[in-house]
Amino acid sequence: MQFAFTEEQALIRDTAHEFCAEHGDPGRVRAAMDSELGYDEATWRAIGQEMGWTGLAVPEECGGSGLGLVELALLQFEMGRKLLSSPFFAGSCLATPVIRLTATAAQRQALLPAIAGGTTRATLAMANRRGQPGLEGIGGTLSTAGAGYRLSGEAGFVVNAHASDVIVIAARAPGSTGAAGVSVIALAAGTRGIEVERVISMDLTRPVARVHFRDVDVPREAILGEPEDAGAALERAVQLAQIALASEQAGAAEETLVITTDYVKQRVQFGRPIGSFQAIKHRLADMMVLVEAAKSAVYYAAATADEATPELAEAAALAKAYCGDAFFNCAANMIQLHGGVGFTWEHAAHLYFKRARCSSTLLGSPTYQRERIARLMGLDERAAPRATTGSRT
Amino acid sequence: MKLGFTAEQERFRTAVAAWLEERLAGPFAKLRGVTDQVAEAKARLAWEQELGRHRYAAIGYPERYGGRNATLDQQVIWAEEYARAHAPTRLGHLGVELCGPTILHFGNEAQRQRFLPPIAAGTEIWAQGYSEPNAGSDLSNVRTRARLDHSPKGAEWVITGQKTWTSLAQFAQWCFILCRTDEGSKGPKGISYLLVPLDQTGVTIRPIRQITGEAEFNEVFFEGARTAAENVVGTPGDGWKVAMGTLSFERGVSTLAQQMAFRNELDALASAAKANGAAGDPLIRQRLADAWIGLRIMRYSALRMLSGGAREGALSGPAYTYKIYWATWRRKLGELAMDILGPDGELAAHPPYEYENMPKMFLYSRADTIYAGTNEIQRNIIAERALGLPKEPRGDR
Repeated sequence: MQFAFTEEQALIRDTAHEFCAEHGDPGRVRAAMDSELGYDEATWRAIGQEMGWTGLAVPEECGGSGLGLVELALLQFEMGRKLLSSPFFAGSCLATPVIRLTATAAQRQALLPAIAGGTTRATLAMANRRGQPGLEGIGGTLSTAGAGYRLSGEAGFVVNAHASDVIVIAARAPGSTGAAGVSVIALAAGTRGIEVERVISMDLTRPVARVHFRDVDVPREAILGEPEDAGAALERAVQLAQIALASEQAGAAEETLVITTDYVKQRVQFGRPIGSFQAIKHRLADMMVLVEAAKSAVYYAAATADEATPELAEAAALAKAYCGDAFFNCAANMIQLHGGVGFTWEHAAHLYFKRARCSSTLLGSPTYQRERIARLMGLDERAAPRATTGSRT
Repeated sequence: MKLGFTAEQERFRTAVAAWLEERLAGPFAKLRGVTDQVAEAKARLAWEQELGRHRYAAIGYPERYGGRNATLDQQVIWAEEYARAHAPTRLGHLGVELCGPTILHFGNEAQRQRFLPPIAAGTEIWAQGYSEPNAGSDLSNVRTRARLDHSPKGAEWVITGQKTWTSLAQFAQWCFILCRTDEGSKGPKGISYLLVPLDQTGVTIRPIRQITGEAEFNEVFFEGARTAAENVVGTPGDGWKVAMGTLSFERGVSTLAQQMAFRNELDALASAAKANGAAGDPLIRQRLADAWIGLRIMRYSALRMLSGGAREGALSGPAYTYKIYWATWRRKLGELAMDILGPDGELAAHPPYEYENMPKMFLYSRADTIYAGTNEIQRNIIAERALGLPKEPRGDR
């Protein structure tokens, strides 16, 4: 047992840290946020084509480096720090695991090399218009139509859909429930009948869209793996995505701590730095407790994914639950401890606060994840005879 | 990163699990599930010696002092299996986990040979004498003093003062104390770390009845108590450094055993919630899940600490946050327990004032956020040492 980063992993983290410090300076993040595209093209080119990060967790036979979720989580952690916006999250953290786990070898060969190379931008359209998480919330419907299939319905909160070349779509057979009847489809964004409607998210650093499926003709080969058989694999892929997202949250939470700590050391009131007041120090200490726990949760979850342990479902749900709440709490403290300046549009605090809010619901809110944990704990099983836990119990 | 254990380590797990299963029988069967510090003291002392005979009392100690020289992974496995077997709270834990490691790190060879084997054999039980009525959070304010007395029998420390919150002193033969050996010194300077036998006329032990109605803690009065001059760990006057070293041992492997005990508590709570229907209440479900999440993360953080923050600078964070994290978690668990039990939890199981484990935990957990550094002190430490914020001003120096 060695629950620490290898030298290679530490190197990836340090490289990513430097890269994000350069590409994630506040001016560039804001310019990207205000642009039509929603991200900085030079940064995106560097991520995909120079650093090779889009291929990091893609198998070698599909043009990637074959590394795991621990490495992917490290990148997400550092990108989260700077709220770095790019097609990386949608393509490498959402679409890639779904393709990897549901597609046939030939389909993987057709799709993954271009995503790994950073030339194709992909995303995942899964949740319905309300953003409902899990297999229950799938927004698309796939029916048979003659020799082929037809896709209808709509998906909400599709990250970066307006700037994606390929959309990976989850859809259900009419009337199906649970893991049954779930198909995954990969289509070019320009396919006839697919309409991307951009909506404005509170978090301007992560553009989202509604994607309407207006009776889209789906050829059999666009369905990844077997039709109506992707439920379990999709669920697992979403767990991997949850861990990647939780890592981004943990990184952003740590950055709120760093920025706020710096600020309270410099801000002087009553003739002394406000960071010398216990009321301020204790809030920051509480933030650090949350940040360290969030990091533990993410590191462990990522490691369970790479070691394929049966704990994955639990580890992913708890990481997403804990990191979401921790980040929100830290970002809220960041505003409070900055005082008035933390409430301005100019200061970065609101960007972290909004990212915290919106990333917390994406892929399932903390409340949703805790209910999943409650089920995994067996709270719905019939009450067993009382466990012997004490000589006097 | 690597989470799993090797096949050899898993064989060790199987072996210790089998040993515990076999030994927690006969006279020791009644010790299963004893989670409290004072219950069944006599049988638990015999259990310490049973562990000692088989070199399980202090498995991390070198073999020449009665341990097994166990690797960190083996210690983790032992701690997990110990709790999984519902083996009792260790009567010898202050000696095994605090005093022993201190003597190993800061003591001399003669002290190691004198004190470690009886700790590892379970034949000498230790108490911790740190806090005083005026030295709680401000521990360096200790006033108990010791001076060297050169008599014809040889040099001895003569100790005068009062210690409080001294857990297990009623069962212990020895106590490690912090006391002032440099006359007129203040603060951390001039304090020494002494090892003092408790069975002597100069020592009076008075139990303190606590919130649960039991008496785990004591006041210990030293009135001309004596210990040999060589029973000082480290250089005289340099005991603060030694004591701070001891505090860091508190965050070692034993945290994993503690967590397994917490897990037993949470499992019992979940069973109780299922039995009385509380598990169907969405708010209780959220809180139980939250407790489970908190407990799992506690384990992950402990594993991060154990996996050597030394090599990996970025992994040293949990060492600062661990105490406040677990203490706050358990206090919340106590509150959840009472909400799950409902009014029934308020009724004593037996007169005069004896409670079942869960209500007792609710009461006891109020101490968790106080002892070994209150939550407020922990926040100061995190803010000042980990985040580099300005130090608290002192009113007296």
